[in-house]
Amino acid sequence: MAATVRHALTDPLFNNNPIALQVLGICSALAVTTRMDTALVMSIAVIAVTALSSLFVSLLRNQIPTNIRIIVQLTIIASLVIVTDQILKAYVFEISKQLSVFVGLIITNCIIMGRAEAYAMQNPPSLSLIDGIGNGLGYGLILMVTAFIRELLGSGSLFGAQVLPLAAEGGWYTPNGLMVLSPSAFFIIGGLIWALRAWKPEQAEAD
Amino acid sequence: MQGSVGYNLIFASAVCVVCAVFVSSSAVLLKERQDYNAAIDKQRNVLVVSGLASDDDDLTADEVEQRFTNIRQIVIDLATGDAVPDVDPLTYDQRRATTDPALSHAAPSNAAQVLRVPNRAIVYEVRDDQDRAQLYVLPVEGKGLWSTLYGFIALDVSLETVQGLTFYEHGETPGLGGEVDNPRWKASWRGRRPFDDAFEPDLTVIKGRAGPPADDPHRVDGLSGATMTSRGVAYLIEFWLGDDGFGPYLDRLRAEGADS
Repeated sequence: MAATVRHALTDPLFNNNPIALQVLGICSALAVTTRMDTALVMSIAVIAVTALSSLFVSLLRNQIPTNIRIIVQLTIIASLVIVTDQILKAYVFEISKQLSVFVGLIITNCIIMGRAEAYAMQNPPSLSLIDGIGNGLGYGLILMVTAFIRELLGSGSLFGAQVLPLAAEGGWYTPNGLMVLSPSAFFIIGGLIWALRAWKPEQAEAD
Repeated sequence: MQGSVGYNLIFASAVCVVCAVFVSSSAVLLKERQDYNAAIDKQRNVLVVSGLASDDDDLTADEVEQRFTNIRQIVIDLATGDAVPDVDPLTYDQRRATTDPALSHAAPSNAAQVLRVPNRAIVYEVRDDQDRAQLYVLPVEGKGLWSTLYGFIALDVSLETVQGLTFYEHGETPGLGGEVDNPRWKASWRGRRPFDDAFEPDLTVIKGRAGPPADDPHRVDGLSGATMTSRGVAYLIEFWLGDDGFGPYLDRLRAEGADS
C-alpha cells in the first residue's frame, strides 16, 4: 500500500509527467510562465483542482452512470475551478489580475479531466487524491522550471526581485525579449522533454 | 436501477444542485471582499498617478484609505463639465454606466476606438492640507494592440502639464506593450504639455527619443516593440482631453482659475 501511495505521488513528477510525457496542459504552461509568482499561484490552483476533482469523482465513481460520466466529471471540475477563481480574486487580487482568464481555463486543462477519467474512476478516494496531487505537482514542477528560466532571462528577476541588473537601469544585463513571449515556453518545454528523455530513454516514443 | 434514464436524470440533477449551491455560496460569501479589493486597487492607482504612492509601495488597505483622505471624488456631467452632486461617487459605477444605453452615448468615430462615453464620469481632485486643489486626476480608457487600457492621467492645477499617467488594467503583451507599466516610461510623461495654445490636445508618441520636457513638451518616447500600444496611449489621451471627453470640464476649470 505504502509503495502504491508513493508511486501515485511521485510517478507523475518524472516518470509520467503530465506535461513532459503526456504532453497535456501546454496552453496554460505557455501563458502563465513569464513570472514565477504567477506560475506558483497557477500551480497551486491546479494542484487544488486536480486533487479535489479526483477525490470527488472517486467518491462518486460507483454511482456515476457510465453514459453521462464525462459531463458529471466536467460539472465537478468546473465548480471547483470557479470557486478557486473566486478565492484568488478575494485573497491574492494582484496576482489574479495577471492570471486573468487562465484560472478559468483550468476547466479545459486536459490533465484534470484525464486523471478523473483514467484514474479516479477506477481507484479508491485516498489514492485518487494522492494521484491528483502528484499530477498537479508534476504540472507545477514544469511550470516553475519554465518560469524560472523565462523570468530570469526575460526580465532579469526572480519572484519580481531584480537579480540581474538591467542595462536600461544602469546595470549590465540586456533582457532577452523572446523570453517574455509565449513561443519561448515552447522551446524551453521542448528542451525539458528532451533532457528528461535523454535521462530516461524508455520515455521516448518508438519510431 | 443504475443505467436507467430515471436514475441518470436524478443523479445529474443532484450533482447540479450540489455544485450550484457550492459555487453560488462561495460567490456570495466572497463578493464583499472582492469588491473591496477592486475599489482599493483603483484608489491605489489614483494615489500612484498623483505621486502620493509609488508603484513599489506595498500599501495595506488602511494605508490606501488614509492617504486618500485629501482626495475629493466628484461626479461630473461630461457634456457640461458641471458637478452632479446628487450622484454618490462611492456607489457610481462608471464602467457599468458606459455600457448602459440610458447612462451613456455613442462616441463619435475616434482614433482611440472608444465606442461609448458615459454621460457622467468620476474625477479626482487632489488637495493639500489647506484644501487647495493640487492636481486633477481623470480616468481614461482606449484600445492598445490587444486590449482596452484603463488608467488615470494627472494634470497639474493650471492644467498645463501632465503630472502622471498610469494604467490599472490592460491585456497588452508582457515585456512589449505591457511596458506601459514600466515606471521609467511613465515618469517620461511628467512635465509634458498635453495642450497647444488653443487648449486643443497636442501630444504625440514618437519613435526614438524625445527631448526633456522643457525642450520637447509635446512629444513622448514610444515603447520599443510596441508601436500600436504606444499609439493607442497617445490616441486615448487625445480623446479624453478633447471635446468629447473631459474638454468641457477642463474649460470650466480654466474659467474658474481665470476668475480667481
